Amino acid sequence: MSWILENLDTIGELTLVHLALSLPAVVIAFLVSIPLAWIANRIRVLREPLLTGTGLLYAVPSLPLFILLPALVGTSVRDPLNVVIALSIFGLALMVRSAAEALDAVTDDVQTSATAIGFSRVGRFFAVELSLAGPALLAGVRVVCVSSISLVSVSAVLGVNSLGSLFTDGFARDIIGSILAGIVMTVVLALICDLLLVLAGRLLMPWNKNAATVRPRLRKRRTQEAAA
Amino acid sequence: MIEFRQVGKTYPDGTTAVEEFSLTVPSRSTAVLLGSSGCGKTTLLRMVNRMVEPSTGSVLIDEEDISGVEPVALRRRIGYVMQHSGLLPHRRVIDNIATVPRLNGASRADARKRGYELMEIVGLDAKLGLRYPGQLSGGQQQRVGVARGLAADPNILLMDEPFGAVDPLVRVELQRELARVQEELKKTIIFVTHDIDEALTLGDQIVVLKTGGAVAASGTPAELLSNRQDEFVSRFLGLDSGARSLSAEKTDDGELLISDAQGRPLGVVPAQTDRADRP
Ligand SMILES: Nc1ncnc2c1ncn2[C@@H]1O[C@H](COP(=O)(O)OP(=O)(O)OP(=O)(O)O)[C@@H](O)[C@H]1O
Ligand SMILES: [Mg+2]
Repeated sequence: MSWILENLDTIGELTLVHLALSLPAVVIAFLVSIPLAWIANRIRVLREPLLTGTGLLYAVPSLPLFILLPALVGTSVRDPLNVVIALSIFGLALMVRSAAEALDAVTDDVQTSATAIGFSRVGRFFAVELSLAGPALLAGVRVVCVSSISLVSVSAVLGVNSLGSLFTDGFARDIIGSILAGIVMTVVLALICDLLLVLAGRLLMPWNKNAATVRPRLRKRRTQEAAA
Repeated sequence: MIEFRQVGKTYPDGTTAVEEFSLTVPSRSTAVLLGSSGCGKTTLLRMVNRMVEPSTGSVLIDEEDISGVEPVALRRRIGYVMQHSGLLPHRRVIDNIATVPRLNGASRADARKRGYELMEIVGLDAKLGLRYPGQLSGGQQQRVGVARGLAADPNILLMDEPFGAVDPLVRVELQRELARVQEELKKTIIFVTHDIDEALTLGDQIVVLKTGGAVAASGTPAELLSNRQDEFVSRFLGLDSGARSLSAEKTDDGELLISDAQGRPLGVVPAQTDRADRP
């Protein structure tokens, strides 16, 4: 345990590096999955090929992908960019289907009524469809987030630093504290990020029945506004 | 004024929903499209805001053929209320009502102010404004739907079975409320229903439709009630079976005597006044 106390700085630093590798991948996977999902829903013949195709990306073994990417993208072997790209691909594999299903589940009734009151196509997509798909999209993002945070560790094998380095080093040098710290911090990080996503969901989607309603303080302010 | 000129609609799958339908709805009057399920009421209604393009014929608003009007702009100046309120579940009641003024470019504050005015007009407590639609009763949601339909102060209001999903008592209350609002605001309304009492209560003009958008009968409520010639209409209105609680008979002065099922006189309608031309 003394190893952990002596190396708190390193652990903290690696945690941040770990985050810096996984979060961009989550964001990229999310942003790319939306247009792909939109196309899958819009052009029905493309739906299954697209969804199954992207889904299969997840079956690509991660280690070879990490190794192949530099050759494909032209980065150096230890470039963290390889990790971000690989994780984005895995995230996309998880996210596209859930995004397509989330967007598809928005009822025709609401869409018809949004059209009837004068939303343009694009306006309706952003103001209505995307918002209403929010809770289901969030569920998808949570899976991608946790999966990315745990997958980053593999990069340590390639010599790209992350919390994974704590267990590669720990095994190599036989330091139990280091191995433990690596595992625990990865899990804690995943849990914290997941929790933050849930909280963000409640804040951004207070209308969602499965989320808590508006906090009392907010409610009071809004009631005053109504009375005015 | 809304004019359907021999419109027809055949959907891509080959279903002919409407054929050769013509109707003129004078400004500031209510026309009710009455008919059983699948006879083309919604299809006709949606031709007015270009959600359905007629396959033949044309629709005119104030003499202008709307096929030349940009659909989104057109919809923003026509109110639309539908059966399951069609409210946006992720927006507060007040913002649902304010949506249309916002789309038309009003500031958020102005749009909300307008929203609260409308809530008052349709008889909704202002404190419901901050709820989400899911937190309202069906009847309240329909009121919000009506308020939203009126929010852009449109001349035209299209209503597709707006009270179809609420219980009979609330329904009657909503009808009364709408009649009151109409008395005040004088919109040109096309109202779709398959409830005969609703049609008689709200319509200045009622069009009874058969399958394929064929007009079985049309006229003022009084004219329809006294019309026993057309078998389909009589049967539809229940005039033959006694199921209809009201019936009408022309008196010597040309007035209509309305009686209930037991033949007890209820009141008199001066048949000559066209309700559409009320000042
Ligand atoms: N998008 C569509 N594609 C193909 N057929 C359609 C479409 N919309 C409606 N129809 C058909 O057109 C006919 C008229 O439909 P419409 O919705 O206008 O009826 P309605 O009178 O409003 O019925 P309801 O009272 O049940 O709402 C029906 O036979 C229906 O199946
Ligand atoms: Mg209909």
